Amino acid sequence: MVDRLLGTLLRHLVLLAGAALMLTPFVIMVSLSLKPPGEIFAPEFRLLPEQWHAVENYREAFTRVPLARFLINGLIVTASIFAAQAATALPIAYALAKLRWRGRQAAFALVLLALLIPPQVPAIPLYIAMWKLDLLNTYAAIILPSTISVFGIFLMRQFFRTVPDDLIAAARMDGLGEFAIVWRIMLPTALPALAAFGCLSFIWNWNEFFWPLIAVQEERLMTPPLGIAFFNNAEAGTNWGPLMAAATVTTAPLALAFLLASRAFVRGVTMTGVK
Amino acid sequence: MAVASVDLIGIGKRFGATEVLQDVTLRAADGEFLAILGASGCGKSTLLRILAGLEGADRGQVRLGGEEVGHLRPKARDLAMVFQSYALYPYMTVRQNITLPLQMRRLSALQRLPLLGRLAPGGRALRAGITADVDAVAGPLQLSALMERRPAQLSGGQRQRVALGRAMVRQPAAFLMDEPLSNLDAKLRVEARAEIVAMQRRLSATILYVTHDQVEAMTMADRVAVMQAGRVLQVAPPQHLYDEPASIDVARFVGSPPMNIIPALLDETGMVELAGHVLPWHAQGRAGARVMAGIRPESLVPRPGGLPATLKRVERLGAEAVLHCALPGVEDTVLARVETAIANGLSPGGTIPLMPRRVLLFQEAGLRMECRPHPAATPAMEGALG
Ligand SMILES: Nc1ncnc2c1ncn2[C@@H]1O[C@H](COP(=O)(O)OP(=O)(O)OP(=O)(O)O)[C@@H](O)[C@H]1O
Ligand SMILES: [Mg+2]
Repeated sequence: MVDRLLGTLLRHLVLLAGAALMLTPFVIMVSLSLKPPGEIFAPEFRLLPEQWHAVENYREAFTRVPLARFLINGLIVTASIFAAQAATALPIAYALAKLRWRGRQAAFALVLLALLIPPQVPAIPLYIAMWKLDLLNTYAAIILPSTISVFGIFLMRQFFRTVPDDLIAAARMDGLGEFAIVWRIMLPTALPALAAFGCLSFIWNWNEFFWPLIAVQEERLMTPPLGIAFFNNAEAGTNWGPLMAAATVTTAPLALAFLLASRAFVRGVTMTGVK
Repeated sequence: MAVASVDLIGIGKRFGATEVLQDVTLRAADGEFLAILGASGCGKSTLLRILAGLEGADRGQVRLGGEEVGHLRPKARDLAMVFQSYALYPYMTVRQNITLPLQMRRLSALQRLPLLGRLAPGGRALRAGITADVDAVAGPLQLSALMERRPAQLSGGQRQRVALGRAMVRQPAAFLMDEPLSNLDAKLRVEARAEIVAMQRRLSATILYVTHDQVEAMTMADRVAVMQAGRVLQVAPPQHLYDEPASIDVARFVGSPPMNIIPALLDETGMVELAGHVLPWHAQGRAGARVMAGIRPESLVPRPGGLPATLKRVERLGAEAVLHCALPGVEDTVLARVETAIANGLSPGGTIPLMPRRVLLFQEAGLRMECRPHPAATPAMEGALG
């Protein structure tokens, strides 16, 4: 009994320590974003500033660089990518999960294989393709390479497999075509899974630094991570308060998405039993 | 299309190495209730799926109202199916579930669009017609009060009625039902049976009804097709199937408790010799031929001069009792169904003479042989035969 209690206690202590370790940079970031320059380099660290400098820092962040522009760009890019990913992943996942066709096994094996390929590997061919299509320095250059998500296909395929075959047979007899089945029958049953995938897709693409860095050079097209880097360069790394304020602003949507994702995941898991 | 006949001609289907259907030929006439009865895994569902166009046949033809439809997609065949799992759309209300097949049939793609569709020309009148038809189907099925619920909020019996409503609303050429009642409890099943039969009479619908429950098949259908291992063994009206099974497999499958199948011989005069007794039943065949005698439990009656049976156990069913007996030289337990009053006077271990009132004969290979009561039957026997 005492052993069990001790074990639980120990486990929670380890987890707490881990969580604290992960959270520290964020806490410092938020804390610095509230302080005037003098306090940022003060010898001892305080969580809250003695003299509040939040308004100045955040105003600076939004005026010194077009932070709002970066945020809007981030929204445009992530929303377009997710829309395209959903539009491709749902029919493909349906075909992989529920249709019988020659080569289905091989196609699914390819999907699994593609999951293993790091995104940096095709970067150069993609860059050349974008250049040939004359798409560099456009939103399309950032969006197009991410329109098909093998992870999304894999996730939705696993989910679709739990949908009973009779449901699809009934829909076919009722006169629905295969695409109508995807949108009207499969999608509603898979909404929680799609929502979870949407949050993950948002987090990844919001944070994506490598590809946008290659694909766009113009400030007006930059996504938040690029913008922050740009900020850093532009200010020669001295102005920590506004930089941390900008970082806080760009991370906030991620925290929100993460909370939503964890809820959607729980719901997605509990709703798989469609009966 | 109006109500139509259904023909399956020489259907063959294999899944990999297993031959699931072999040369299946079946006909359901216009307005007929045809039950397809068979043990689990004998290919009943596959047959319905081929008929519906959900599965392709390797061989054979499917005809609807006399027209070949083998090349048509499911939605073009004008058949409605009721599934064992009901297969209701979980995220639609009852009303949406029943409405969907009509929307798909009557509205154009433009008129079906979520918001714009309401503005499309002609849509309003069509929608009103659909709503009226849906309500007309929902009323008799007692679904009117449930229309805004989701399937998860319904009981099993209510879901079953929604599935029925979704099939009926289209007024299809024929209904395909795949064990639609097997998920209901015993009482509901009896009610639902009556409902489906009443519906069939009212619409004079053609129904192909798959079941492994012989009571369902016998009580509901005009004719019953017995299937085994992908073949149709016999198609006949229920009573005929029971009285005149064409083969030993049908005889074994139909009837509960099952028919006694007892090895027997034909003597020089063609009389049936069973368990050392010569019975006053006569068949054409060479002397000493081995045959199988089929005797229904209810046609074995305690009577002097009958087969000497040793009672092993009495199984009471209320008004009747089933006697489990042993016959000398017969391996299997022989069952006799008698009135409880008769069973009351008996105790296990005792001997009772059991006289068969009717004997069916089968060749060893399983086919039915002709067999008649012998003219020289004793007066006592003739009384029993009457
Ligand atoms: N898609 C498939 N692939 C391979 N084999 C299949 C497939 N569908 C059915 N079978 C096999 O075909 C046989 C007949 O199946 P079917 O579902 O038609 O049986 P059934 O008579 O409806 O049985 P039940 O009463 O259990 O529903 C079974 O042995 C089954 O394993
Ligand atoms: Mg079946």
